[in-house]
Amino acid sequence: MASLKDMRVRLASTKATQKITKAMQMVAASKLRRAQAAAEAARPYAERMEKVLSSIASTVADINSAPKLLAGTGQDQVHLLVVCTAERGLCGAFNSSIVRLAREKINALLADGKTVKILCVGRKGADQLRRQHSSRIIEVIELRVKTLGFEHAQKVSSKIIALYENGEFDVATLFFSRFKSVISQIPTALQVIPPVFDAAPVDGGASASYEYEPDELDILGELLPRNITVQVFRALLENAASEQGARMSAMDNATRNAGEMIRKQTITYNRTRQAMITKELIEIISGAEAL
Amino acid sequence: MATFHFEIASPERLLFSGEVDQVDVPGSEGDFGVLAGHAPLVAMLRPGILTVTIGGEQQRIVVLGGFAEVGPTGLTVLADVATSVEDIDRAALAAEISAMEARVKEMEQGSLLDREIAKLDHFKALQTHLTGTAMH
Repeated sequence: MASLKDMRVRLASTKATQKITKAMQMVAASKLRRAQAAAEAARPYAERMEKVLSSIASTVADINSAPKLLAGTGQDQVHLLVVCTAERGLCGAFNSSIVRLAREKINALLADGKTVKILCVGRKGADQLRRQHSSRIIEVIELRVKTLGFEHAQKVSSKIIALYENGEFDVATLFFSRFKSVISQIPTALQVIPPVFDAAPVDGGASASYEYEPDELDILGELLPRNITVQVFRALLENAASEQGARMSAMDNATRNAGEMIRKQTITYNRTRQAMITKELIEIISGAEAL
Repeated sequence: MATFHFEIASPERLLFSGEVDQVDVPGSEGDFGVLAGHAPLVAMLRPGILTVTIGGEQQRIVVLGGFAEVGPTGLTVLADVATSVEDIDRAALAAEISAMEARVKEMEQGSLLDREIAKLDHFKALQTHLTGTAMH
């Protein structure tokens, strides 16, 4: 049985751990507020961009003359998976749930005989994927930044586009975690090249034929890479908010569990202490009786 | 006067959304005004000043490139950077211009250089315009 001193040491260490998790939870909570505001502020641009692009895409007369970023390469042999995760751990199942989704997709693609390439944004996802798929990871981009800017997304998207133009892959999919609420983040896969538009464009979008200034191909040529940047930017922002949310609830749980442990340890400690005192008393009394 | 729906968004945030009378947009091929019932149009923007008219009052927004789309639902401007004239950081703009000038000097001949020079000219025009109005 552990001595009283051992138990005291253990109790102190549990208390110190609880302090750390509590602090981490509070830091995550304040970061979450900022990240969430940023993610929500970026939504309108991304949504409108998608709307504009889908209505232009629907009016493009000849899909074959359209830029490759819109029409695709006409194959789906080589897939690029862009897996966006966090730089740090201790945020519950946040990283692993994104990686799990990506891994399922990889296995499904491999079973179909496709080639898979992986581009990791964020160190944690790369660490987890490296175990099984290290040969397929072509690059790991680390984003150690305080506030996420559009230029960071540009760095990632320009890499994706450069790979695409060199014919390195046919289909690109983004993996990230959509922020729904503090307790719920949904790992999501989003295909960006070639873009998929949900449903038909809204009210009469198809009937309106646009005038272009300058011409259609110039505009699409500018708009499509930008759309990818915007989607990446959005994914990163959603991810940042999700990460903080996940960390906050994970640390909240940890704090509560530490509290429970402290309670149990204190009870055992006190019981042992009392038992020791009783034992000593009995020894003294029986010693006195023997005289 | 008939109004129409106008929205301007930058990647960071939605700057303005609402009913307006008229919007003057700095297009890459020249400025154009949009009124209610404009024909469907997609245009690229150049760095410049976008003027919004709501009930006789004018609001001016600096945009640094992007797109404008006139559709059946109204006008949507997707700007790279959008700031209202009052908020713009003139020092940052000047710094950007000098950085671009340095870049242009080092670049080789080609269409990329031409594009960069055109962009620089737009920025300079914008700066003159801003400092000009600041003096009045």
